[in-house]
Amino acid sequence: MSVLKSLEAKYRKSDIIEFSPGDTIRVHVKIKEGDKERIQVFQGTVIARTGGGISESFTVRKLSSGVGVERVFPLHSPNIAKIEMIKQGRVRRSKLYYLRSLKGKKARIGEKKEE
Amino acid sequence: MNAMYGKKIGMTRIFTSDGDSIGVTAIEVEPATVVRVKTKDIDGYKAVVVSFGKIRQKLVTRPFKGQFEKNGAEVKKYLREIRMAGDQLPEKGSKIGVDIFKPGEKVHISGVSRGLGFQGSVKRHHFRGGPKTHGQSDRLRAPGSVGASSYPSRTFLGQRMAGHMGDDNVTVRNVKVVGVEPEQNLLLVSGPIPGHRNSIVYVRKAR
Repeated sequence: MSVLKSLEAKYRKSDIIEFSPGDTIRVHVKIKEGDKERIQVFQGTVIARTGGGISESFTVRKLSSGVGVERVFPLHSPNIAKIEMIKQGRVRRSKLYYLRSLKGKKARIGEKKEE
Repeated sequence: MNAMYGKKIGMTRIFTSDGDSIGVTAIEVEPATVVRVKTKDIDGYKAVVVSFGKIRQKLVTRPFKGQFEKNGAEVKKYLREIRMAGDQLPEKGSKIGVDIFKPGEKVHISGVSRGLGFQGSVKRHHFRGGPKTHGQSDRLRAPGSVGASSYPSRTFLGQRMAGHMGDDNVTVRNVKVVGVEPEQNLLLVSGPIPGHRNSIVYVRKAR
């Protein structure tokens, strides 16, 4: 499989910041409209990271005017211009799907304490 | 040259400059040596015999070795023939590699599909099976009727039933070449191709 790994290496990004489920991040997404390209920002909580290698993706959830919105991004997609860390959250599991059925105060995630 | 043999490495995905992700299969096309050129005058048809792949000396049989010695070539693991059209045949001893293919081209890929063993009619022929409920027992994956009764009093030949699946010669046509990596001898094609990993596939340009 090392041949595939070296092939993937060409398409992999090396400048991705470290983030994990529970963190609040801001994803800058490139959007093409005709010939023009602009950047849209999607800010929310990371609720899952799945897959590995070049196929890794992550799910970001946010509340948009009271409606829950989730977007799944391929981690190595060239359409992602930048990922910014807003807040590191303290959670005890790797998949936060339980947040979908919670709202308001119950859907809060505590902030990670500095060690 | 418009055809070559390669080894299926596996699948991965790559991103295009537009940001689209495509599932690709990587095929290793090792530079093959032309061992022998068959011509219309001598052999009755035109073809080149190519060899590729490493083999341990211990595993080489004498008749196989003779094929190479007769033509003054190094012993390799595989010896395969590629039928040729046109008058320009490659010379004996020359090398043929991935660079005969270009990104954007369409190719046909032939290989031997993965052997799946003895499979039922649901998996093998996409039969629907029977109902799960309403008083049924043992009918969930059953094939159903295999023919009428007293006439014809037999099951027609070719009736689809359970049996051995896979390990067939399969060709997928008009597969798009996504990339060529000459340094790594890799050919990247869009989508899946027949065969298990490390199986030998035949890649031929589509007309």
